[in-house]
Formats: sequence, C-alpha cells, structure tokens
Amino acid sequence: MRTSSRLLAFALIIFGASVSAQSPTYHLGRTPTPEEIKAWDIAISPDGHELPPGHGTAKEGRDVFIEKGCSQCHGRNGEGGKAPTLIVMKGMSTAAGRPMPGMDMGIQAPGLMAVSAPFATTMWDYINRGMPLGREGSLKPDEVYSLVAFLLFRNDVIKSEDEVLDNQTLPKLKMPNLSGYTEHPEWKHATPRLSNYP
Amino acid sequence: MDRKKPSRRKFIATGAAVAGAAAGALKPAHAQTPAPAASAAGAAAAPGKNIKEIIAYGERSRYVNSIREAAEGRPSPDAFGLTFHVVTPLGESAGIITPSSLHYVAAHRGFYVPDIDPAKHRLMIHGMVDRPLIFTVDEVKRMPSVTRVHFLECIGNRSNARRNTVAQTHGMTSCSEWTGVLVSTLLKEAGVQKDASWIVSEGDEEVKGASSIPLGKAMDDCLVAWAQNGEPVRPQQGFPLRLIVPGFEGIYQTKYLRRIKVVDRYYMTYNDYGHLQKDPKVIALTSQIGPKSVITFPGGGHQLKGPGYYEISGLAWSGGGAVKKVDISTDGGKTWKVAEFRTPAFRMAHTRFALPWTWDGKECDIMSRCTDELGTVQPTRAQVAKFWNEPLTPQFNVKGADNTIQVWKIRGDGSVHNANFL
Repeated sequence: MRTSSRLLAFALIIFGASVSAQSPTYHLGRTPTPEEIKAWDIAISPDGHELPPGHGTAKEGRDVFIEKGCSQCHGRNGEGGKAPTLIVMKGMSTAAGRPMPGMDMGIQAPGLMAVSAPFATTMWDYINRGMPLGREGSLKPDEVYSLVAFLLFRNDVIKSEDEVLDNQTLPKLKMPNLSGYTEHPEWKHATPRLSNYP
Repeated sequence: MDRKKPSRRKFIATGAAVAGAAAGALKPAHAQTPAPAASAAGAAAAPGKNIKEIIAYGERSRYVNSIREAAEGRPSPDAFGLTFHVVTPLGESAGIITPSSLHYVAAHRGFYVPDIDPAKHRLMIHGMVDRPLIFTVDEVKRMPSVTRVHFLECIGNRSNARRNTVAQTHGMTSCSEWTGVLVSTLLKEAGVQKDASWIVSEGDEEVKGASSIPLGKAMDDCLVAWAQNGEPVRPQQGFPLRLIVPGFEGIYQTKYLRRIKVVDRYYMTYNDYGHLQKDPKVIALTSQIGPKSVITFPGGGHQLKGPGYYEISGLAWSGGGAVKKVDISTDGGKTWKVAEFRTPAFRMAHTRFALPWTWDGKECDIMSRCTDELGTVQPTRAQVAKFWNEPLTPQFNVKGADNTIQVWKIRGDGSVHNANFL
C-alpha cells in the first residue's frame, strides 16, 4: 500500500507537471502570424474588444442600407421585403429566443436583434459576417457601424440620427433587452439537464 | 476448410470479372438484371454505366426510392434559393446508421453548399491558448483519431398537429459513425490558459456560422470529424471538417470548421442568440438533448396490411449518455413491455429497439419510452405541461429541446396517425 501510494504521488507530480507545462506532443500545424489571426478573428465579444476602428451614424446607415442592397430583400425601411423584417411590428414579442411571426422553426430569426439582443455587438458581428446575401463579409467597418446605428434608430433604441457608433460607444449601448437573459449554468459531464424535470 | 477459402475467393473474383466483361461486351442486359422497364432499358443496359456502378461507385437499386424532403413549415429552397431544414426518411430506416446521403440537413440562416477545396482549407486554434496553431486538413488527419457513433438532432425536431409522418415529426435527427481528432487533443496541443471557460467554433461557409460551446464539454468528448460512415464528411454535412458536440443540439455541430477560439465568456453569436432566455430552467433544457425515442414502424404515414404479426421497431437516443432501456405500450400507455435492443447502445447514439407484436386489427395507440444511463425517463406531453403548470392543449409548446413521447394511433383500417394532438 505504502509503496503504491508513493508511486501514485510520484506519478501525480510528473503528470501534474506535464499538464501545467502543456508542451506540444505532436508538433503538427504551424504558428499563425498576428496578422493572420486578426484577419480571421471576426467573433465579437459582448465587451466589443475585437471591434475594429471605424464609425457610423443612422443618417449614413440609411444610405448604406440602399447602396449595399439591404433594402432589396428587407424592404426600403427594413420592413415589407421578402427577407425577415428588421423593424419591430405591433404585437411582436420582443422576448429573447421568441421566433418572429411566420418563422416557427425558431432558429432562423429568434426575435428581432435590434430589440432582443442584450448587446449591440451581436448585431455588428452578424451583419459583418453574414450580410449582404451573396456578398457576405464584404462590408467595411464604417458601413457596419452605420447599419447598426440605422436599425437601432429605426427601432427607437437610439434617439438621434446623428449619434456616432464606434468601437467604444457601441458595446456600451443600453439595449432594451439587457436584463432579458440569464447566463448559462456550467455544463457538467453525465448530468441530467434539469434535476426535477419529469 | 482453410485450403478451400482461397479457391472460393478466386472463383468469386473470376466470376465478377467474367460478369463485368460480359456486361461490357454484350448489349442485352445480363441474366441477373431485373427486366428493365421500357423507359429505363437504355440506362440499365448501357455498358458504361454498369461498369462504373460495379467497379467505381455503387448506386442503390432503382426500386429503392426513399428520399429526404423539406421540413414542414418552411420551404427549402426558399425565395432566395437557400436550404433550411431537410428531414431524414425515418419511416424507411433500418439499424442505427443513417446513410450519409439521407442525413438530415439544417441551417442557421439558410445556405448554399459551399465548394471547399480541402487542400486550401485551414483550421485555426487561437484565443486564450499558449500556442496558437493553424492546421491543414492533412495535418488534422495525422493527429491521433477516434471513431464514434453519434446522433445529431435539430432543436426544431418536434411533433406538432400539422406533422403526420415520422419523417416530419422526428426526421431532423440522424446518426453516423464519425472519425476525427478529439478537440481535447487539439486544445492540449495549443495549451489552454487557466481562465478560459468557453470556445467559439466557426465555419467557413458564406455566413461563417459560429457557436459558443462550454470548454468543459469541448474537452470532454467533442471531436473534429473528417470522416462520416467510412468516407470523407459529405459537403452538405460540413466537408472537409465538422465539429461534433455529442448529445448537444444540431446548431453546435459546426460545419466547414475553420476556427476554434478559446475565450472566457459566452459570446452571444447569432447562433447563440436563439438560446438567450430569461428563465434558467428553460436554458437548462436547451443545448443537451434529453432521453428520447420514437417508433419508426408502424409510424405516422404507414399503412398496415391487416391484422397479423408485425415487429414494432424504433430508435432511442439521449444527449445524457447511452440508452439503458426502452418500454413500449400498445394500449395507450396502460401497460408497458420492455423492448429488445437490436444494436449496441453507444453513448449519444441512436439505438435500435424492437418488440414482436401481433395486431388484432382493432384501433390502438402505440408509443415508446426511453430511459438513459443517468436514469432520466422520457416524459409525456402531459407531464411536461404539468411541470410548467400550463394546460395541456394541442398548442402547448414544450420549452427547450422537445423529448416528449410520440403516440401513434393505428386505426381499424391499418392507417397510422399522429395522436399527440388529438
């Protein structure tokens, strides 16, 4: 017993040391350059620290919305097109996770971002990576800032057409649904979803 | 015996060569081909096609026609030509492996299948790691591999009053054998820093779909798959690399995986945004799929040919681990019998169950109930409505992932119907 526990302690020291050092084992792959990482890293945190320099206002966004073809699918003012409406409609639930009318799959458009997203960073991230259809990723930072400003202005989240959004002001916007969500509980191995659920 | 084997093999090989040569040399369809219909005669007898099919790539019989279809509720392709949700024909399924060509397809925004050259594709791992890394697909394949059977399921996979076939009520789940490298192997190679708590996975399709996944789950059993059912992952399923998050709902299973960013918070991407909820109980019921099962035969849309012997057959699965037990009732839930397993019960995998049964020709309600290795039991809609203190109406919507029991009504004429909403 004594010998085996000593061995175990020894093994733990060795194992623990190798884990904390975490040296590579297989030496496959290469180190990306900082420029490569920056170019690929389009995921924007709620604190906005990855947001690039640039700025835009709702007034500018109104023109970008037409110039970039957004209005062709979403309607001239963000409503009434073939694509999902971007303006909150009368009677529309603005609770987080609620699908928009006519979208009962509940996946494509869980509510309307401008009023449901707790942070405007989600809007910036999605417009930047996913729009416009067929030319995804082609918008310049100024254009994305101005489109977010335009949609927030049209949904009465920001009050002035001249309010400037940039990488400092955008993450700090007080979104209407800021307190409308709860953090996920920590996931644990081999644990039921909810203990008292039938 | 041992000495006979090689000669038998040789005979088969010679026979095949002869048959192939015959098919190539002679114009008439050879003896083993079913008599072709007039319109298909040309195709069936075309020597080039036969050679290609026997040698290069085997097709299924032209008498087998089970196909996927767009999920009810939203057309695919839509007004923009985008694909949303396409269901597996579960009513014709056997065993637990879904043919890759019949695996369900779902998309977060709607998408076109991207044409990705694997020689140009890269996987980057960065963020809160000691050593950011970029891998080629070949380098990913050189890493130590695992092969595991796992189901995938869309959270939109739920029965409703408009859905009357097992494909429509449950066809947004499929099961495959996946081969790839564990995410934990990749992340250990990069060296995860101590305050990290989530990863953001990202695809290389046009919208670059991204999801936040708990680091604990990523390190537990997730894998970056490069093969599905013994061949490279199909383009509709994420070629050349797909993240598999066993037991979690479909949106986490990032296709065309190009990036894993290790972070210290929930990122609230567009994909995550559908999971934003106020009620912590609802949040707990999203992500991981609960124990679930469905009878795939006889199921909605089937027609029994009169009283007599049938084998009731179905699929059970759970995001909590392996399926431990399946019960079947043929009297509307009054009495239950333990079903037999027809396949091994892998963790987070479909498990095929069956029960010998003689139908007396009278109207009856049949259903199955899954218990997983955690001891969690698949609930009825009534139990779930009671939990939420809501009235059980056809409109009652199960919050989170819906794993409630599916009831099929077999009418006296042998037709089978969705009885969950009667």
